[in-house]
Amino acid sequence: MLELEEVDARYGPIQALHGVSLEVAEGEIVAVLGANGAGKTTTLRAVSGTVRRSGTVRFGGKPLRGGPDGAARRGIAHVPEGRGTFAELTVWENLRLGAYTRRGAMRDDFARMQRYFPWIEERRSQQAGTLSGGEQQMLALARAFMQRPRLLLLDEPSLGLAPLLVTEIFRIIRELNEHEGLTVLVVEQNAHIALQLAASVYVLEVGRVALSGPSAELRQHESIRRSYLGY
Amino acid sequence: MATAISRATATRTKIGTGASLPVVLGILAACLFLAIGSLKSDIFAQQTVAGLAQGAIYASLALALVLIYRATEVINFAQGEMAMATTYIAYQLTLWGLSYWLSFFLSLVIGFALGVVVYGVLIRPVQHRSVIALVIVTVGLFILIDGLVTWKWGADLKFMPAPFGNHVYRAGGVSFAQQDIGVLLVSILSVILLWVLFRFTKLGLAMRAAALRPAAASLVGVRVDWMLAIGWGLAATLGAVAGLMTEPSVFLTPTMMQPILLYAFAAAVLGGLESPAGSVVGGLAIGVFLNLIGQYVGWATSELRLPIAFFVLLVVLLLKPNGLFGRRQVRRV
Repeated sequence: MLELEEVDARYGPIQALHGVSLEVAEGEIVAVLGANGAGKTTTLRAVSGTVRRSGTVRFGGKPLRGGPDGAARRGIAHVPEGRGTFAELTVWENLRLGAYTRRGAMRDDFARMQRYFPWIEERRSQQAGTLSGGEQQMLALARAFMQRPRLLLLDEPSLGLAPLLVTEIFRIIRELNEHEGLTVLVVEQNAHIALQLAASVYVLEVGRVALSGPSAELRQHESIRRSYLGY
Repeated sequence: MATAISRATATRTKIGTGASLPVVLGILAACLFLAIGSLKSDIFAQQTVAGLAQGAIYASLALALVLIYRATEVINFAQGEMAMATTYIAYQLTLWGLSYWLSFFLSLVIGFALGVVVYGVLIRPVQHRSVIALVIVTVGLFILIDGLVTWKWGADLKFMPAPFGNHVYRAGGVSFAQQDIGVLLVSILSVILLWVLFRFTKLGLAMRAAALRPAAASLVGVRVDWMLAIGWGLAATLGAVAGLMTEPSVFLTPTMMQPILLYAFAAAVLGGLESPAGSVVGGLAIGVFLNLIGQYVGWATSELRLPIAFFVLLVVLLLKPNGLFGRRQVRRV
């Protein structure tokens, strides 16, 4: 569904990605692992067009060009670093913005969304900036859900959250994948949880793909164990 | 899980965006004062209504400034001149034989287009360069519009057909000029329409999102540039209303909007520069205040009005540096 072929990306004079190739099949969860500055976030940004990129990015067989608003209209929901919450707006307004590219009433989607995030209904009119970190991460997922995307890009959903909440968030991501058939490309520092969740994994090192494969295989891999899992 | 989360944040308070309690109480007290005064004295009532009408004009232009400031962080020094230019366009349309109200609505549409073009051609290219560049662009636009209008229509006084009759309404012993009532209604109605657009429509929500968080807005599919252009267009439309509502009292000259713009700046700053509600309250307050001191304070002649207005503004800003409705800037160090 998503293919990156020899993608370069740069911030001004600094090149952050060097010929990254990557593939995500429909209905799959794929994780990108790597240290700080390896280019994980940039990989997502190259897909949604929020960074200057060259090379080919194909989505659903057709090349992706242009900026993030175009990617959103093609059915890509990108939950960026910092979660992209509209802190000044209410929870409900955040959800309406999630559904921005879609036409028609939101009621059915809102009801479906509540199966995964039952607490949201009573917080509808609360200002999103006053939610806790975990709630904001869930709101970001809910907002992405309202977009009814074909592909979800998630940037470090575990960042800054307590372990219990991380488990909760990843349980919801897995449910969304299983029940809604959502395809997910997730960037994660927490290698344990990423290897559990994803079907296949890419490991980035200084802007290049160092390793890739099914996560069952990579879990056994010597260098992964030593540098990311620590045993 | 869900209940644990709700309990954890139940005590958290709202991020302050509106007016604080003392400010709300102050405004209520002022309203009460005006209401009681109006009931006691006919002249007081008349002057209050006239002040509200004048203030509504300041409020619409101030709101235009605030809209643009929130969307693009530009103080648009040319806002008044853009309003003046659209008023001249309406004047030209009436010369061509169109009725007043048809010219009115056509010039609002033209004003919208003018705002969009100004944003696309002049502001967008320098938007992220520097504040100084933006200031110079809007000051340049001020001079450009001034020059073009004077070149096309001349600097002498022009007259448009009167939008409201000279009728005077009487309620009890109080008489209200139809013109004041008309100006007040048209200005307030356009402010309300704009509020409805921002508060209740998808477009308005997208415009707010684009102004608040452009990067996040584009990720959900909002075309941020379009939204900012529409914001400039709406501000120019509101300015056009202000210009057209100013014309009946001062008539058409290329400089007609310059004092209005100064009062509108004062109103916007008084309200906190980022607060639409604040700018409207500020505009109305300045209008009423100036009219009442003009009536009751002997030495406050028309030459002293502007200095007095700015002196009061200075005092308010010393007490509340972010304006009446302003958010306190919190920065971590």
